[in-house]
Amino acid sequence: MEKKSRRNFMKALGVSIGAAGVMGSSTILSSCSRVETTSGDTIKLLTSSGELVEVQKSALKPADMPTLTENQKRGREGLPGRKWVMVIDLSKCRNARQCMKACQNHHQLRPEQHHINVLQMQDADHTAPYYMPKPCQHCDNPPCTKVCPVNATFKREDGIVLIDNERCIGCRFCIAACPYSARVFNWFEPRDAEKYKGVVYNIEANVPQKKGTISKCLFSADRLRDGKLPSCVSACPNGVYWFGDQNEDAVTNGTTHETTSFSKIIEENAGYTLMEELGTKPRVYYLPPKDRAFPFQGTIEENHS
Amino acid sequence: MEKIKSPEESRKLLDKITFDLTRSIVKRDELTNFWYFLLIMFALVGLWGWGIQIRDGLGVSGMRDYVSWGMYIANFVFFVAVSLIGFLISSTLHLLKINWSKPISRVAEQVAIAAVALAGIIIINDMGRPDRFLNVFLHGRFASPIIWDVTVVITYLAISVLLFYLPLIPDLALLRDKSPDDIPKWKMKIYKVLALGWKGNAEQYKLVYHAMRVLMILIIPVGLSIHTVTSWLFAATLRSGWDTTIFGPYFVAGAFVAGVAAVIIVMYIYRVRYGLKDYFQDYHFNMMGKLFVFVCLVYLYFNINEFWVPGYKMKTAESIHLTNLFTGKYAGLFWSAQLFGLILPILLMVNRFFRKPVPITIISVFVLIASWFKRYLIVIPTLEHPFLPVQNVPANFQHYTPTSIEIMITLFSFMAAFLVVTVLAKMFPVITIWEYAEEKGIDREIISEPKNQTP
Repeated sequence: MEKKSRRNFMKALGVSIGAAGVMGSSTILSSCSRVETTSGDTIKLLTSSGELVEVQKSALKPADMPTLTENQKRGREGLPGRKWVMVIDLSKCRNARQCMKACQNHHQLRPEQHHINVLQMQDADHTAPYYMPKPCQHCDNPPCTKVCPVNATFKREDGIVLIDNERCIGCRFCIAACPYSARVFNWFEPRDAEKYKGVVYNIEANVPQKKGTISKCLFSADRLRDGKLPSCVSACPNGVYWFGDQNEDAVTNGTTHETTSFSKIIEENAGYTLMEELGTKPRVYYLPPKDRAFPFQGTIEENHS
Repeated sequence: MEKIKSPEESRKLLDKITFDLTRSIVKRDELTNFWYFLLIMFALVGLWGWGIQIRDGLGVSGMRDYVSWGMYIANFVFFVAVSLIGFLISSTLHLLKINWSKPISRVAEQVAIAAVALAGIIIINDMGRPDRFLNVFLHGRFASPIIWDVTVVITYLAISVLLFYLPLIPDLALLRDKSPDDIPKWKMKIYKVLALGWKGNAEQYKLVYHAMRVLMILIIPVGLSIHTVTSWLFAATLRSGWDTTIFGPYFVAGAFVAGVAAVIIVMYIYRVRYGLKDYFQDYHFNMMGKLFVFVCLVYLYFNINEFWVPGYKMKTAESIHLTNLFTGKYAGLFWSAQLFGLILPILLMVNRFFRKPVPITIISVFVLIASWFKRYLIVIPTLEHPFLPVQNVPANFQHYTPTSIEIMITLFSFMAAFLVVTVLAKMFPVITIWEYAEEKGIDREIISEPKNQTP
């Protein structure tokens, strides 16, 4: 075995916390922006929701980091037998934006970069406004992967549309092709470029982000591999998100951890997909904002299109 | 073709033609030096800007996540458009046996080569990771229109260079053999190499004619493809303003308008600068003017289709886009481009007076500028209005404004294109000498005979 320097170990540790998300008791440590050692065997960590928690050092272990090639290979294949699906209950969303925060921490995004964006929507002049979290729709007929000239973005067997940023040439054709404005670009050096310099790229979390390449929601593919729910789903305090496997016809709520039948929840609530007339066949379903748990309090912006 | 002349007459005439048409090669004065200085300086400033962009990231431009294609792509479309003139004049008109355009062929090819070469450079400049350019060949996915575009742009450049070079070979041999004394030695050496030992016998001429004909036919589908495929970069998406089926012919028609304007400008510059009044005659400008009106009318027809049909229906997303163009933020630019780039040129150039060299050149300058802005209007407004609202981002994400670095790099592309045209004009005759001489009734044998044949 090759010897690892302490610095490398800390790097690996940082990534295991930052990207892979190591479990510390029951708290999901999906990200960490500061690692502080204190007296004794505990360590202070910042969670995705911004809380400072103290956990046993022994509970931390460096995540298994596969080599880049291996990572790229398994990242392209996806998780066998799965068909991931997300259900977003608009009646529950109160614009808490914990999903956005958790996501940006997980994927090392700048504040203006959104893999998931909570939009204030109003469909027509006199219809009721509502909040709509909008991740990548992981279309089954994705317009973005179609136009990629180098096969850097692709559709996996398990339904996830992923990006390989070791290959992306930054032509931004996929941004132009996406009708959901789901994709963002690293116009400058990414947020944590200095911090994660030299860290092996993890295709399933798209971290570390790379200058001049694309990023977007990945359904936290790295967390799914570890048997966890996506960051946004877990971070939501209001029970907006259901996530699961369509093959099993089961979705789990990220807040209540209640599991239910996917087809039933769609049927009972008249679930729909976004802009289905475009033929993109999204894997993200919405439940209409009926009987809302919270009133809409925002102001609809002028540049609504 | 004019009547066969006597050998003495022919030699005298050929000497005059050669003298006139090599003036661009020989001439080097203060203005030449200044022009080179200007071009190279601007090009260097642009390259410096490109360096900054590579160092800091594409974010030094005004582009952001919503308007993710900006001036570079508009400029790319513009250059591809201009390059199309090469195949219209040097191939299509030739094959249709239209004679007046023959002396203009080489100008058209010069413009085509410069424009398509620059288009290639601009598109690399627009990449987030230009260092990974080779991925396009290593991992190319044939389902992506970008791969089609790369393929046809490279093919078009290759055929255009060949169409420029093949008819040049007899000229190079002529210069090699007749060796006018005032041509610099190093240029003569290049001619000698590039002439490929041309002897001017019937067999060689036959080969050149044959090859030219094949290339002229080949370049038609390739030429149509490059701009059609470029239009598909937009039309293959779902966005309102781009999601239309007439983009292919609409782009091709617009390309001819831009290209004719560019060629007229270059013709006029050669006419004045190199004293080629007898070669680029009023007649040629007049005919180019007629061609100009024709392509403008075709383009107008496509414009009416492009804007009238969706404008009549005003579907939700389309209406935001169209209102933005007709009466909104881009109204000034939109109507100016339509007026100065299309409507006024047609109205003016149906009159003979406006097809004279000076007026038509002025009109061409306006049309060329309008064509550039037309591409800007095709690319940017659509991206400013995606289907879903633009929210939770800084103000500069919502509206696109080009930055000075973008403008610098765009200026670089113009200067580099001028530089290519200038170098070609300074290296090689701007009109095919042998072809022109033949038109004037000079025998081929006299063209290919060495210097000092006459006592």
